Parts: sequence; structure tokens; C-alpha cells
Amino acid sequence: MRVHAQRAGALFGGLSFPALSVADWTVNMTPGVTGTSNDIFDLHMTIFWICVAIGVVVFGIMFWSIFAHRKSQGAKPANFHENTLVEILWTLIPLVILVIMAIPATATLIDMYDTTESDIDIKVTGYQWKWQYEYINEDFGYFSNLATPSDQISNRQAKGENYLLEVDNPMVIPVGKKIRFLLTANDVIHSWWVPDFGVKKDAIPGFINEAWTRVDKPGTYRGQCTELCGKDHGFMPVVVKAVSEEDYNTWVNQQIAMAEKERELTQKDWTMEELLERGEKAYATACAACHQADGSGVPPAFPALRGSAVATGDIAAHIDIVVNGKPGTAMQAFGGQLNEADLAAIITYERNAWGNKVGDMVTPKEIFDYKNAQ
Amino acid sequence: MSAVADTHAQEHHHGPASGISRWLLTTNHKDIGTMYLIFSFTMFLLGGTMAMVIRAELFQPGLQIVQPEFFNQMTTMHGLIMVFGAVMPAFVGLANWMVPLMIGAPDMALPRMNNWSFWLLPCAFLILVSTLFMEGGAPNFGWTFYAPLSTTYGPPSTTFFIFAIHIMGVSSIMGAINVIATILNMRAPGMTMMKMPMFVWTWLITAFLLIAVMPVLAGVVTMMLMDINFGTSFFNAAGGGDPVLFQHVFWFFGHPEVYIMILPAFGAISHIIPAFSRKKLFGYASMVYAVGAIALLSFLVWAHHMFTVGVPVAGQLFFMYATLLIAVPTGVKVFNWVATMFRGSLSFETPMLFAIAFVILFTIGGFSGLMLAIAPADFQYHDTYFVVAHFHYVLVPGAIFGIFASAYFWLPKWTGHMYDETLAKTHFWLSFIGMNLAFFPMHFLGLAGMPRRIPDYALQFADFNMVSSVGAFMFGSTQLLFLLIVVKCVRGGEKAPAKPWEGAEGLEWTVPSPAPYHTFSTPPVVK
Repeated sequence: MRVHAQRAGALFGGLSFPALSVADWTVNMTPGVTGTSNDIFDLHMTIFWICVAIGVVVFGIMFWSIFAHRKSQGAKPANFHENTLVEILWTLIPLVILVIMAIPATATLIDMYDTTESDIDIKVTGYQWKWQYEYINEDFGYFSNLATPSDQISNRQAKGENYLLEVDNPMVIPVGKKIRFLLTANDVIHSWWVPDFGVKKDAIPGFINEAWTRVDKPGTYRGQCTELCGKDHGFMPVVVKAVSEEDYNTWVNQQIAMAEKERELTQKDWTMEELLERGEKAYATACAACHQADGSGVPPAFPALRGSAVATGDIAAHIDIVVNGKPGTAMQAFGGQLNEADLAAIITYERNAWGNKVGDMVTPKEIFDYKNAQ
Repeated sequence: MSAVADTHAQEHHHGPASGISRWLLTTNHKDIGTMYLIFSFTMFLLGGTMAMVIRAELFQPGLQIVQPEFFNQMTTMHGLIMVFGAVMPAFVGLANWMVPLMIGAPDMALPRMNNWSFWLLPCAFLILVSTLFMEGGAPNFGWTFYAPLSTTYGPPSTTFFIFAIHIMGVSSIMGAINVIATILNMRAPGMTMMKMPMFVWTWLITAFLLIAVMPVLAGVVTMMLMDINFGTSFFNAAGGGDPVLFQHVFWFFGHPEVYIMILPAFGAISHIIPAFSRKKLFGYASMVYAVGAIALLSFLVWAHHMFTVGVPVAGQLFFMYATLLIAVPTGVKVFNWVATMFRGSLSFETPMLFAIAFVILFTIGGFSGLMLAIAPADFQYHDTYFVVAHFHYVLVPGAIFGIFASAYFWLPKWTGHMYDETLAKTHFWLSFIGMNLAFFPMHFLGLAGMPRRIPDYALQFADFNMVSSVGAFMFGSTQLLFLLIVVKCVRGGEKAPAKPWEGAEGLEWTVPSPAPYHTFSTPPVVK
């Protein structure tokens, strides 16, 4: 009956909020696309049906008592209050059921823990609030940020199909290969989850956790961070694209070439305008989550940059805090996260945006020298 | 006080002192019990209001009402207030009122400490709630306050939060000592351990759990305090510490804590079901052993909250097996309640309605707990709304319905009046429907992949979230009705006889209703 009520509610809700018409009424876990996720799904369904069976028996007897043994129907209470045989039976039978359940669960668990003989290793690092993917055999890596525009989040724009589940740079993996994930975090604990793979593992600062998957079906798979990691915990999705092996190899070569191009950017001569243009974009990706797009921050955890002592003061101190972070606060060391061009662009942008009219600039080359001098 | 003065005081039993000093200085277990219950209900409404803010924000996708920073403060404070402010004090209040009446004692064993352990609580919660108004806001790291989010990255108010937790811990430990001292020393002649009422048994075991784990909680928050203010690195990997250590210590407290919040309800339900089935509790001895087994096992399962942190596979298997094992004694309890109802002579007054709902819905929460215990499957459930559904199914119809059932069961004894049965049944049915509407869809949301503790969500989760919010508003507003019913019952109503329930048994029903200010000055004899 409750289900009908919910369906009626759904119908009503669906009609009155056309924007939500893409929503669905999925009530169960999906089996996913990997061996592990299918094993988990089978375990899930087995234990579910065991629970249903126990529920039917227990609630059945209870409802029978409620209907048949009512005082208003003239029921007289029986006098029994113990029965050793029955009590031993209903201790032992559940025990046997649990042992039966534990056997396949143990097998699946041991298989999930077998991270040996992987074809590709990807290091996954959680940051507040983005993921970094490093392809350690190929020597390149990049950050994966939420791509949903903030106007959609604040309801100024219609929400897209993959609202909150879309990123700028998804992880790319080839199908049919055993991928090993090495998970860690830079600041607080995060958790990397792709439901379709049956992979969820915490990314913990100071630790490296392992997990693995083998995806056979090409496609785009979406998940989210599942460990509360601060303000934007709900805004750091995981997107993985599984592609054919040729496509994967092409993509890897592109990435290597792009990494080389990024390095060349450092040597280029930059004008103030170029830096400001690049800085505005890079700031939106790397800084705006805390310091806000208009530089107003969220004090006291995330100070304002508009008119701040750092952004309008000595440029060396400004470079230091952006490159090295501020220990004991949420301000991360961005020196290892961003390339020199982005660092220079962001610092220059912060010093000249929102009425911070300092007028000076720093070039990627200077940042490069600064980092090397440390 | 000299022995002579003591005797003098015994001979001249007066009623309560007048004015505010009655409440500030009282050492009477009934007054203190009442204060605990009022405090608990106040906190229940406050924590509930925060839940309403959460559900209002989650009514639709997108950010409408609050910002993520404040949303996180709401989830954190909702959890802390409900666990430490609503559920635990309610059970201490029930223990204060009922344990002396049930064992035939004149008062608690340590009445002055009793007063102190109550009055510490408002102080602790004043500090905790005041953090909402501090610069940087209230704690925003979840009620589980995992390091390093709560240490290196916590708001400045974290130190106040730690201080509040310390005070609550002191209060709980003193309350537990008092319960143990009372039960072990002050039982009426003839009441052997195996003749004690179930509520007394469950509270005795709960009190030992409290004494065992509250110091562990105090330890973990003290380590946080040191990390935050004195430069240690217990939980800071950069300083050689271990963020996972925090979780081990926290859950060593946290898992017994969930039984602290449910065992007294088990006890109360074990009185209510026999009373309205007009039949003795089935399997008293196995009920006692089951509670003992649950309490012991609760110390061996903490890492099932941490299946995704990277516990080695052998540890993972140990904690999975130990957790599955808890289902056995818990099952015994449920089977015993059903067997008590079987071939009884049932009537369905409000306490019984809440008790039956307790058994059914708590069992559903137990089933989802069984599913969560399967470690490989937990990788999919962990930190999703499935977990939120699970623990709300054990805590709302478990702990909270257990408290409501107890309140309706004993209100006539406390006030001397019968409550309004029609209003009370309305309270039950609205709570029952609202609660299921709020929490059942959360199972679906979790299985579909919605993580917990997020202020905004993907579009496929929209419909069930809306249903859930409607249910939550319904459940929340219904609780004001309970306030009305209790106020009405205190102020008047049909006079309650000493034993208002035909099938009820126990010493508490041998004293008049309302229970006189002093009871059992001469101990009764139990045969």
C-alpha cells in the first residue's frame, strides 16, 4: 500500500515539477558492469531474499496473533512462557543461515582484495574538492573537477542531464584490462566510488589503499565522493570513461603530448592580458570553491581575497602562500597541483581582479625559478 | 549528616520544596527523572528542527535554503543532539523514574550525584548549541567527527565541542555508576538477579557499556584537543600520526554506543508486550542472556563501520563474521517477543501500538544491518543513504518508539491521570506513517547510489527525496502533538488507578498513581 502511495506521490510530483521528469524510481542496486559488481549484486539479492523469508515467517506469526488472539475477540491467554527445544532451534537455525551466507561473501571479498598482476596502475589522489589521476606507468596526470556550472546549482539555469555527475577531465581506462587504483589523499579523507564497478575505497592522507577493476563494456560510468570531506563534499564526482584499447592508446599519446605543451608554456613570454585571461579560468577551477568567484571568501575558514593583505601586499609572500599553502589551514600547497603558467596566471589575476588594483604581474618563468630555488 | 539527623529526616517525609530550588537542589529520583525527560524532549525538538532544515534543503535538487557550510553544521548538530541530547538522557530519565520503583528502592543509591549528573547536561548542551553562533560556525564534520577533517580542518569552535563532549561523558558515567550501585545494592529483599524486571536488567548491562566506552570517547576527543591546540600528531599523517587510528578508537566507543541507545528500549518493550498480551514474557532467561551476548559482541565488531578504509582481508573477515553473529541473540529477542504475543489475549492501547511497531520496524532495521554486515556488499552500501535508512530504522522506531511506548505506559503512574487515548493513537499513526514515508525511500536512494551528507544531488534521486522530505515534515510536526498530550495528561484527565493496565506486572504498579514523592521507605518483600 505504501508503494502505491509513493507511486501516486511520484505521479503528482512528476506532473507538478516538469524539470524533474528525468528522475526515476529505481528501487534496487544495479548489477554494474564488472565481475566484482555482479558478485556483489548476487550477494545483495541473496541476503535480501533471506531477510524477506525470515520476515515473512516472523511477521506472519505476529500478524496471525494480532488477528486471532485479540482480547476483543474473546481470546484467553495461554500459560506457556518457555520451551527449551524451540529456543535452541531458533538460536541454531539463524546460525546455520549465517554460515551459509558467509561462504560466498568470503570468496567475493578475497577476490576483491587480489590487486596483483594489474595491467595499468592509476594513482588517485583526493583533494578538497577534486580528484587527481596520475597514470604512473605513462608519466602524466591531471585533475578532474566538477563541470556543472554554479548557475545550475543555484537554480539560475536549468539543470543538465548529468547534473553534479560531470567533470572536465574524466579518468580514461581501456576495456578488458585489469586496472589497479592506488588511492591516497592530500588533505582529509575522501572515498572514491564508482557503483557500476563495485569499487569504493577510502583515500586517506598518509596511506595508500589499493583497489582494482576490469571493465568489459565501453561506456561512461559515474560516481561520487562518499566520505564527508568538507563544504563541497557533494560536488566532487567521479567519472570514468572505458574505451577500446586503440582509443585508449591514442588518448595516452595525446596526454603525453599535452603534458609536453604545458611545460613549454612556462618558457613562453606572457603579457598581462594573457595572464589575466588564463588566470580567471584557472581561478574558477582551482580557487573559487573556497575563495568564491568574486573573491569574497567564506570567512573565517576561507578568507576573502578582495582587498586582502596577501593579495594586495608583497608579491613574494603571495607567491609563497599559493605555492606552499598555509600549514594548519585549509589552504593547500598548489605548487604541486598546478603548472607554472596557471600559478602565475592565478596570482596575477588575484592581484588585479575585484578592485585589487596592484598592477604588477608574475610570469611562469619566475614561478619556475621560485620553485627551483626552494 | 549524622545518623540522628538522618533518622529525623526519615520520619518527617515532606513533599517537594517549593519554587525553583525544588528543581535545582532536588535529590529525588522522580524529580530528576522528570527533568531528564523534559530535557530530552526539548533536545528532541531542537535536533528535529535541524532535521527539518536538512530535509527542506533536500526537498529538491539545487541549493535553495542553506549553503553547504551550514548544511554540514545541521547534519552534525542533528546527529550529536539526537544521540547525546535526546535518546541517552531519555533513557536515563526512564531509569531514574522506574528503576527504584521496579526494584522496591526508596531512591537512587547516590542521590546528590544524580542531581549533579543531570545539571551537567544543560551546561554541556548550552556550550554545544552556542557554537552555532560562533565565528566559523558550529562543528561541520559529521557526528562521527573523523580526523583530520575535525582536527586540522575543523572550525575554531571544535574545542568547545570537545569540552561539551567531555561534560556529557562525565554526566553519562556518573549516571551509569548510579544505576549500577542502585541495582546491585538496593533491590527489595527476595529479588534475586534472575527475578529482576527486564528493564532493570537491560539498564544494568547498558550502564556497564557506558562505563566501558565513555572514557574511550573522552580519550579520542582529548587526543583531538591535543592535536588542535598543543601541536601533537595523533591523527595527523604529516606528523607521523594515523587518521585511521581515530576511526578505530571512535568506533570502539561508537558501536557499543548504538546498543546503549537500544538495550533499555528492549527492556521496556519486554514489559509492554506481556502487559497487553496478558501473558508472561516468553523466555525470560534467554532474554537476559541475549542482552548479555549482544553487549559482549558489541565490543568485537567496531571495524564493520570501516570496511572501506583498507583493513587487511583477515581483519575484514573477522569483523564480518562477528557482526553476523550479533544477529543470533537479536533474533532470539524478536522471536521471544513474537512468542509472547502468540496465543495471548491482545489489546491495542497506545503503548502496545508503539511496541508492535518497534518490533516490526526494528527488525527491518536489523535486516538492513545484516545486509550491511556482508563486507563485500558493504562496499556498495557504505556511506550511502542505505546506511542512513538503516540507522534511522533502528533509532527512530527502535529507540524513539521505545521511549514513546514507555512514556505512554508509565504516564498514568507519573501523573495520576490517563492520557487522551484518541490523541495518543493519532500521534502513533501519524508518527508511524510519517516515519516510514521519510526513511523507507532512503533505502532506494542509497541503492541507487546517493551518498550521505550531501546538500545537493543528481537528478535521478529527486523524486524519492521529495517523498522522504514530505514524510519527515509529517513525522516532525506530529511530535508537537505528543507535547500536547503530555501537558494535557499532567493537568488533568481520567484518574488513573494504581494499576491502569490489566496485564501489567511489577512493583511499580503496587504504589498509588501518581506515585507519591517518596515510595518504598519500607522495602517490599518479593517472593
